[in-house]
Amino acid sequence: MSRLNRNRLEAGGLIDRARPLDFVFDGHRYHGYAGDTLASALLANGVRLVGRSFKYHRPRGIFSAGAEEPNALVELRADARREPNSRATVTELFDGLEATSQNRWPSLGLDLLSLNRFLAPFLGAGFYYKTFMWPAAFWEKLYEPVIRRAAGLGRAAREADPDHYEKATAFCDVLVIGAGPAGLMAALAAGRSGARVILADEDFLPGGRLNTMAGEVHGQPAAAFAAHVAAELASLPNVRLMTRTTVFGVYDGGTYGALERVADHLAVPAPFQPRQRLWRIVARRALLAAGATERPIVFGGNDRPGVMLAGAVGTYVQRHAVLPGRHVALFANNDGAWREMLDAAATGANVETVVDVRPNVAPELVEAARARGIRVFTEARVIATQGRTLRSFDVLSPGGRERLAADTLAVSGGWSPCVHLTCHHGGKPAWNEALAAFVPGATPPGLAVAGAANGTFGLGAALREGAGKGAEAAGALGFPVPPLDVPQVEDAPFALTPFWHVGESRGPAFVDLQNDVTAKDVGIAHAEGFRSVEHLKRYTTLGMATDQGRTSNVTGLAIMASLTGASIPETGTTIFRPPYSPVALGALAGHHRGKDFRPVRLTPTHEWARAQGAVFVETGAWLRAQYFPRKGERDWLETVSREVKAVRASVGLIDVSTFGKIDLQGPDAGTLLDRVYINTFSTLAVGKARYGVMLREDGFVMDDGTTARVAPEHYVMTTTTANAAKVYQHLEFCLQVLWPELDVSLASVSEQWAQIAIAGPRSRQVLAKIVDTGVDVTNEGLPFMGAVEARVMGGVEARLFRLSFSGELGYEIAVPARSGAALAEALMQAGEEFAITPYGVEALGVMRIEKGHVSGNELSGQTTARDLGLGRMASTKKDYIGRVMASRPGLVDPARPCLAGFRPVNGSSRLRAGAHFLPLGARPETANDEGYMTSVAYSPHLGHWIGLGLIVRGPERIGERVRAYDPVRGEEFEVEICAPGFIDPEGERLRG
Amino acid sequence: MRIPCPYCGARDAHEFAYLGDATLTRPDPAAADAADRFHDYVYLRDNPAGRHQEWWYHANGCRQWLRLTRDTRTHAIEAAEPARRDATQADMPGAAS
Repeated sequence: MSRLNRNRLEAGGLIDRARPLDFVFDGHRYHGYAGDTLASALLANGVRLVGRSFKYHRPRGIFSAGAEEPNALVELRADARREPNSRATVTELFDGLEATSQNRWPSLGLDLLSLNRFLAPFLGAGFYYKTFMWPAAFWEKLYEPVIRRAAGLGRAAREADPDHYEKATAFCDVLVIGAGPAGLMAALAAGRSGARVILADEDFLPGGRLNTMAGEVHGQPAAAFAAHVAAELASLPNVRLMTRTTVFGVYDGGTYGALERVADHLAVPAPFQPRQRLWRIVARRALLAAGATERPIVFGGNDRPGVMLAGAVGTYVQRHAVLPGRHVALFANNDGAWREMLDAAATGANVETVVDVRPNVAPELVEAARARGIRVFTEARVIATQGRTLRSFDVLSPGGRERLAADTLAVSGGWSPCVHLTCHHGGKPAWNEALAAFVPGATPPGLAVAGAANGTFGLGAALREGAGKGAEAAGALGFPVPPLDVPQVEDAPFALTPFWHVGESRGPAFVDLQNDVTAKDVGIAHAEGFRSVEHLKRYTTLGMATDQGRTSNVTGLAIMASLTGASIPETGTTIFRPPYSPVALGALAGHHRGKDFRPVRLTPTHEWARAQGAVFVETGAWLRAQYFPRKGERDWLETVSREVKAVRASVGLIDVSTFGKIDLQGPDAGTLLDRVYINTFSTLAVGKARYGVMLREDGFVMDDGTTARVAPEHYVMTTTTANAAKVYQHLEFCLQVLWPELDVSLASVSEQWAQIAIAGPRSRQVLAKIVDTGVDVTNEGLPFMGAVEARVMGGVEARLFRLSFSGELGYEIAVPARSGAALAEALMQAGEEFAITPYGVEALGVMRIEKGHVSGNELSGQTTARDLGLGRMASTKKDYIGRVMASRPGLVDPARPCLAGFRPVNGSSRLRAGAHFLPLGARPETANDEGYMTSVAYSPHLGHWIGLGLIVRGPERIGERVRAYDPVRGEEFEVEICAPGFIDPEGERLRG
Repeated sequence: MRIPCPYCGARDAHEFAYLGDATLTRPDPAAADAADRFHDYVYLRDNPAGRHQEWWYHANGCRQWLRLTRDTRTHAIEAAEPARRDATQADMPGAAS
């Protein structure tokens, strides 16, 4: 198998040669090992071309070995699990992995759209804004579809994601972000103090740079030292080591967002295992030890496959035992890259050339290089490259211009600390001249920074700083921190001369590889006045998309700075916002998708209703029975009409448990109710209920419902289903904030009581059969609006209310929720002789419209009590919430639309809710609008459609005809205004 | 954001409902200029950058209204007190019983 891994070293690296893995890239089968990333395995197999660029479809190869990767984006997995823009460099290899290159057509090798390169003059900076402006109609029809096809990233899956994602919360004393040298030492120092520590790292293997370097730490190979520390951390019960976890955002109050890739390294998650887990980590202190990202130098042809960051070359050689190529060259401006190449050469890489922009390089480096037979060019630069994948490059040096062979060109322009998370509260990074890099400025409260992320690039210094800051964090929280033996590592001197862009470049020199932004584009932006860093970003797209300019931002800034003559800190940096790296929407949604978007609440009689064949409907969070179809019924209208007729002729029952129920107790309960309702409740007799309307302080109706007085200091309020929580919150506000002197206690009892309404002329007879002996339900014993506590079904405590929403004789029976289903059964049994009929919310709605009761459609938040014909309920003897504002001139204007009933002039017309009222013959325009239809129903009682609506001066216009205009459905019909209340307007049925 | 509820301890802001300015007082409805004063009470709000007293309701917790003093620029919370100014230590969790 290693025979096939032609670029794999025989020994070394952190891969498990005993665990070979098969994978497929663009239909070809390859082999890798456990411990590989997709990128390292592709390189091991000699695959160098992995994608096409965003705009120009230029061939692209693997550029980095980490999260900063701009090029090697692939579609991972297939079908419903297909995930575009997956970075091959951080994709952990698994057996059976399937990946496809992106953005090429028809194939990676032959990409017809690479013709875009010849269109490059038209696709430069700001092309979105200027090239395709005219004619305007062409944009949607021609330009955009063509550009979208040619320029773009991967394709999203077209089916629903079959995996599931979950959310979790964790608390800790010290959160350490990054398990490199600084992070490991910090976690160790804090962990040994007994503090609760979370150490999170995006890699699957903790260690960071320790895993990618040659050399020893503490007398053992660096990676072994990392493994040793990680093992101790894993053994500490107060430490949680979270690998494959990216901390992506810093939020208020020490809250951190993190994404754990639980099963991304498996072909398919194990049963019940989430694919990813979104963490909310609450930390008293945090330490950012996220390391640094290497940045390139910009030169002609720097995007050719084979051009790679120097640190990435080191990583592939040391960690994955992969030689990215056979003939390696380096182009750099710093000593660190030299050492990286010398180490790679010592491990087995064939390094042939080093090109450094500096005239003077430390003699010991030059000597060490020459000792290995490496050709050294100083005060030199790479100006061009050749080959489909890299074959050669041109060097310009004081000695002239020379073409050199290489299949791998390592490039290093220095390092940029990963300061992103320090900026999430608005902190601006500070420019460090000596490092030629932005280092953290003001950090979010509780967040410190250590190691390379803090600009502390030396390994020994990073280890010491990590240990120190970890101890500091734990110590500040009062944990006794034992002294820590920090490994002694000598730091090589940091030597770098800032160098950003080779001015003598031949061919396009890319600043941002992911967005195909060249140095020339930055020049165009400058010439056209887009010089502010935020303008530069938006005009050229530099720094956008999945990598957010990890390898390009500073370089782009530096080039702009050189054009404007300003310094880099004067030019500024763009603002880093969460997330630090892409987070799948699926992870943010967690389990809240589809039917699980929010919990469904079931009524106590749900199972009973299901057994009765109910069709259910969502009303807010509740699932309620909509109607109960019977065999042979053609449609819902027939079913609903049958249910309505059954109630009006005999008796029916419906679960009304969803209404909000609030228990109010205390000597001032009546006073509180008087202040929140427009009508008076303190005078309500014990054993009676009353319909009440409450307003918002701005004078509009907030809610309605009945409230009963069950004892002198004890009231039970009902609210509409939708407003249960809102009304409760409002009452608590009144009690705690407005009138804390009132002695009242509230409890929400919506869940505790099941409530079933029975309605119809036979309802009293049914009720009489289920109440216990001695309970008087006669018209005298339980008169209209009576409310009594009683026992039913042989000892079950209950409350009986004689209320009606349907206009029929009716009762509501409340029992403890656990007895709700039994109550439904008992009522069915008791009502059998009267053919008792279960009905749903549709029939309930029909009957309330027939009766002229207002409901949610009329309580729209824009109607006053007066608008709804309830103005006379308002007491003039007391103050109540909303009274003052309800008397504003605009709210008492007689020309406001008010509640009225409507019936079609042509009896067979179907009415439509939402239709607007116009005077007959008036043009359909806003000036003539007189209101709209709020609710409609087919009345089986009347044999035609009826409606409720709000119309200007409605009550004064009974008998008048108007036009109901419904442009949405393209319908219109003539209606006659009538009084709301199509049935039993005198209320004789209720009181009988 | 984490809100230090005096009854429940520090809790995530998602557990709370926000109402706004906690320095307003409901006007005297019997005052001669009640209409004007209610208009201001209902509609007029400042939008300060900095220290702000505001009502938060611990909806998914103790159901108590809290008066928070919060910096609107940094979200730093200086104080979180029960709305009932007369709430005593005895009402607090952990009080000797």
